[in-house]
Amino acid sequence: MNWQPNKHLYTFHGGIHPPENKQQSTQAAIETALLPSKLILPLQQHIGQQAKALVQVGDQVLKGQMIAEPNGYVSAAVHAPTSGTVTAIEAHALPHPSGLSEQCIIIEPDGKDEWAQLTPVVDYQQLAKADLLQHISDAGITGLGGAGFPTAVKLNPSEDLPINTLILNAAECEPYITADDMLMREHAAEVITGLQIMAHILQPEKCLIGIEVNKPEAIAALQHAVDELQLTELITIERIPVKYPSGGEKQLIQILTGMEVPNGGIPADIGMVCHNVGTAVAVSRAITKGEPLISRITTITGEAVSRQGNIEVLLGTPIDTLLAHFGVKQDKLHRLVMGGPMMGFTLDDVSLPVVKATNCILAATRKELPDPAPEQACIRCGMCAEACPASLLPQQLYWFSKSREFDKALSHNLLDCIECGACSYVCPSNIPLVQYYRFAKGEIRIEEHERTASDHARQRFEARTARLEQEEAEKEAKRQARAEAAAAAKKAKEAASDSNDDKAIDPKAAVVQAALERAKARKAKKAAETATGEVADDTPSKQPAVDKDTPKLSAVERAKARKAARAAEQGNEQTTDKAAKKGGLSALEKAKAKRAQQADGSKPSEQPESSSKAEKKGPSALERAKAKRAAEGEQLTNSDTAAVDNTEPAKAMSALEKAKAKRAAQSSDAESTAAAAAPVSALERAKAKRAEQAQQSPSEPAAEEQKPLSALERAKLKRAQAADNEASVETSAASTTDRPDSADKKPMSALERAKAKRAEQAMQDAAEDSAADTENRD
Amino acid sequence: MTILTAILILLALAAVFGIILGYAAVKFKVDEDPVVDQIDNILPQTQCGQCSYPGCRPYAEAIANGDEINKCPPGGEATIHALAELLGRDFVPLDEEHGEEKGKRVALIREAECIGCTKCIQACPMDAILGAAKHMHTVIADECTGCDLCVEPCPVDCIDMVPVEVTLNDWRWHLPGAPETIQKTELIATDKHPAPAQDSANDAANDKKNDGNTEASA
Repeated sequence: MNWQPNKHLYTFHGGIHPPENKQQSTQAAIETALLPSKLILPLQQHIGQQAKALVQVGDQVLKGQMIAEPNGYVSAAVHAPTSGTVTAIEAHALPHPSGLSEQCIIIEPDGKDEWAQLTPVVDYQQLAKADLLQHISDAGITGLGGAGFPTAVKLNPSEDLPINTLILNAAECEPYITADDMLMREHAAEVITGLQIMAHILQPEKCLIGIEVNKPEAIAALQHAVDELQLTELITIERIPVKYPSGGEKQLIQILTGMEVPNGGIPADIGMVCHNVGTAVAVSRAITKGEPLISRITTITGEAVSRQGNIEVLLGTPIDTLLAHFGVKQDKLHRLVMGGPMMGFTLDDVSLPVVKATNCILAATRKELPDPAPEQACIRCGMCAEACPASLLPQQLYWFSKSREFDKALSHNLLDCIECGACSYVCPSNIPLVQYYRFAKGEIRIEEHERTASDHARQRFEARTARLEQEEAEKEAKRQARAEAAAAAKKAKEAASDSNDDKAIDPKAAVVQAALERAKARKAKKAAETATGEVADDTPSKQPAVDKDTPKLSAVERAKARKAARAAEQGNEQTTDKAAKKGGLSALEKAKAKRAQQADGSKPSEQPESSSKAEKKGPSALERAKAKRAAEGEQLTNSDTAAVDNTEPAKAMSALEKAKAKRAAQSSDAESTAAAAAPVSALERAKAKRAEQAQQSPSEPAAEEQKPLSALERAKLKRAQAADNEASVETSAASTTDRPDSADKKPMSALERAKAKRAEQAMQDAAEDSAADTENRD
Repeated sequence: MTILTAILILLALAAVFGIILGYAAVKFKVDEDPVVDQIDNILPQTQCGQCSYPGCRPYAEAIANGDEINKCPPGGEATIHALAELLGRDFVPLDEEHGEEKGKRVALIREAECIGCTKCIQACPMDAILGAAKHMHTVIADECTGCDLCVEPCPVDCIDMVPVEVTLNDWRWHLPGAPETIQKTELIATDKHPAPAQDSANDAANDKKNDGNTEASA
């Protein structure tokens, strides 16, 4: 068989060739597990979240029983390596460069080594990918090459990253370590089965096993297994040259495929997944036998042990037990290293347990691993750059790390450093370069963490500030609302007390007055009805009698009466307004009253429609009062008219408008023939129409009295104004109601004006009567 | 005529650029001095007020307006260095008047002694204390920035500031050669000088390997 490296392979930059020191530990077969008196199982044996303990102190556990479950996606379960009792769950020093303590489950074996119920998979080909991954996850398998990344996670790359190549890392490039070598020699079939299962999960196009040519027995064993299982089409065993660090994941991928994992990426980004051979065996056992990861092959080597070799060791076995088993020479032991001499770390405590990632225990003598020589100044020889397998500039990174210029270090791709130690190895000045890089990486990580934390803190602080401000604003708003309510209440109280003081203009008084007036009006109406229906002489009011006696008052008298009426009306209006202003009337009522007044004032006697519209909106107390008063007057006029009509029964008309129209017609007929000959003005026509319309209303039932009443009221107003204009006696009392009236008159011709005047003059009787009546009653 | 054309062209250009500048002045208006944000990003956001300003942002604004950069004890020297670099000022040691750099700490309520007065809850700028009136309070350690502000208001003095313990997740390597560097964490790959004994062992091993290879090839 050819033991030369395959010619078609690629290579990576740099690399070193340190003494291998592998032969010492490959002389004997893998020893079977020994049962220590105590097993220490850290909950954190992997990258990711610490597992969650499932057992309690005093619990009896069986071999292979899960004692801690994964706590999160990137986490791994822990199983009892043998049957026994949980004696403690406590902080124990971990095999970690920090020497920190973390929670560990401590089991005292009972010696029975009794298995728990296992659930092997009969035919993994029939199982769905997710189920297989669940089995692997339940078995607590992590990468056994050294990093300890949960395997189930690595076997489940995201959907958008199709895997075309599955690589089995059998390079084992680090000096001294032979665990994988011996595993492949003795368990080649299981390696291949594990690879098959992984291939079944990932469905790659091809599987490559990268193995350094310094492991001929392993290569032969693997080849034999592949041939036996007839998998030569799927699996290729690639012999790669011996060079450190060809076992680095990225370097192995580069050797085998010539592709480089992108900066900051993972192999899955270029369609590759890389697993250790030990992991493949663990997967194979988990699936075909149902056995969880409870043991691993560890190399015990170094000059300080009398027997060097590999042993299948239960996880959690204290290292001192192992060392004793291999005959440690305490006087010679200078340094105890976990891992290889290149990437491992020194242990200062022999009570530390073997964990999933413990591939080698190196018990070195002083001669083997002397204390580091003192660090000297960098001479810028550039040997580190030549050795760097990641093609970085170790010198620059060194300067930047030392001077804490982490930004620059980052821009020189510090994070691509795999910490292989090749640069340190070649450095003639004995500069511990990798320590600088590790320091810089740690600082960068912490800085990033602190930045995230401070951003988070700022967000929380800002959210809190905003919340407090909002609460404050809400409180302020509430306070304001309360203050306003209090002010309003106070005002209302004051208003109430004011109105109590001033009863004359009290809204209540106005209402009472209005009610009184209504009662009077009703009485008068009744009287008028009786008068109209029966004999005019029988009218109970004395006014008609007076009217009868003196059908026409003198001009002076009329003016006086009108003035009095106006004064009374204005006084009444003012009172009501005042009362309304004082808050006795609601705003709505006030508005209505005002509107009604405006309508009354601006369109005096224009159309009954508008008046009825105003009426529809609901008469205010004021309006109602006015209307009543007006009605009262009209009724009286009516009775007067009735009295007059009595003398002229042929022209018997019921309502005021009728009377007015008639009077207008009479006067126009009697007084001026010229006027009679002249065409009827628009105003007159309108008046006539109004009169006709009004003619129908009075005959309507008393329930609808409001409507005609309002019209009557306006008519009264207008008449009063017209009289005002004509008489020109009174100018001081000119109110807004005058103006529209006069404006109405403007466009009229002199003739028309004259006619109108005449007509209005004729109407004065009634107006003055009503005014006088109102005055009397007020 | 040519002069007129030139003037017109220049006027047109002036108008066009004036419009562009005017638009840009409105569109890209910077409301606040961006350096305040940068300073605020450097400050540790503990909102502790030890700088005598009511929070990190007010101090950032004060620094932007010329205040000293050494008033932040929680940030310590690292923050002063970062600020000095950002603002082009000289490094000045931390002003002891405002406190000393103590490292990351979190508040811890001795819960048995807590009377449930909610005073610390009101004092906490991070809303990191959980509890209700007349019920025990506790600190959400992950959210606590260690600002000390809850210690003072506590009427029964049941709040301690405890240093944050280093865990596996936030442990970091020390700078080689620094006083805190522990020998055991040194990378052993630097110890490459093989002892004579090992050399001979290697030779022997290499011999063996060669033998093996020869045998295998044969």
